[in-house]
Amino acid sequence: MKIIRWFAGLVVILAFLYMNFFYLEIELIVRLINVILFCSLFVLFRVIVGPSPADRIVAVDILGVLIIGLLALTSLWNDQSFFLDVGLIWALMSFIASLAFSKILEGRPLDD
Amino acid sequence: MSLRTKSKILVFFLALVCYLALTSFTDYQEIIAGIAAALIVTLLAGGLLLQTEGKKNLFKRSLKAVEYMFRFLWEMTKANLHVAYLVLHPNLPIKPGIVKIKSSLKNESAITVLANSITLTPGTLTIDYNEKTGELYIHWIDVKSVDEKKDTEIIGAKFENLLKEVFE
Amino acid sequence: MIENIGMGFIILGILFDFFGVLGLVRLPDVYNRLQAATKCVTFGSAGILFGTFLMKGFTSFGFKALLGIAFIFLTSPVAAHVIARASHRSGIPLAKETTIDRYKEDNEGEK
Repeated sequence: MKIIRWFAGLVVILAFLYMNFFYLEIELIVRLINVILFCSLFVLFRVIVGPSPADRIVAVDILGVLIIGLLALTSLWNDQSFFLDVGLIWALMSFIASLAFSKILEGRPLDD
Repeated sequence: MSLRTKSKILVFFLALVCYLALTSFTDYQEIIAGIAAALIVTLLAGGLLLQTEGKKNLFKRSLKAVEYMFRFLWEMTKANLHVAYLVLHPNLPIKPGIVKIKSSLKNESAITVLANSITLTPGTLTIDYNEKTGELYIHWIDVKSVDEKKDTEIIGAKFENLLKEVFE
Repeated sequence: MIENIGMGFIILGILFDFFGVLGLVRLPDVYNRLQAATKCVTFGSAGILFGTFLMKGFTSFGFKALLGIAFIFLTSPVAAHVIARASHRSGIPLAKETTIDRYKEDNEGEK
């Protein structure tokens, strides 16, 4: 059963990589952005399915770090540096959000 | 000069350098705005940066800090290759557990850096720190032994000696 | 030349991002997921930002990228540590492969 699931995942990933790198005709940096968007689909899967609240918090925290990479690539693509400002602020907010979520999870009030 | 004043001066210059680096200054007005922003930051949060009195031998300590950084980057690369091996393996060869190690560091910043480094090195994640006994609880993805001394040897020793020279 | 090296760092970073996210999906419980995801995604995003810095040099663009690297290296382990402690204290079970739990043994008296 485990092996079957592993192969199914492998097939999905290989199909995506084939589509992205050999079928479509786009710039290299757009292909890389596509890979990161595909990664964030996995993260969203964990946000939706995650059996416990902690799983969802982990996924949201990781999404924040992933988005910084995405915004760095976007700023390279457009040659505009303000996307990186957005990324820095996003990282800050997601860090504070993780702290607040875990305080709630632990059962303490926010102003402790 | 008291510790608080030193800390405020350091914060002021750090904030100014950050501002100027971020705006790529072309004009003297930028510098004036930067000084104003740095002053606000210094007044609000100036005294928080330095908490303990610094020791002598600043040059030697910075050399040690650079050596620490390179070792940390090497460990981190190994950690990533380890995780890549685990994730791509069809059977997930993991054997997780929570173990306890003992740290002899006393300085608060040293403990923080040690805990963060342990989190980013192969297979380990700091969960909690007990201030009274100096023990760190660590989630280990591939438990090799449950003995406290041996675990300290495997996980903590490679960073601890360097950190002791950097901070103490 | 330097642009190619920067692009190499970016591709390496994206590769490790991908492994980290794969770990987030495949591993069995919160703590293991947190380990894989924190390590790999931090390293991957830092790689992407370092590649951006190499491609843009010492301009405001590059300095923003460097600031981002410092920022994620400081915050991401702290967030991981806080989430792990909170989920252990709120009683989320460990995976069934777990061999030993010293934290629970030592804290049973406190609760």
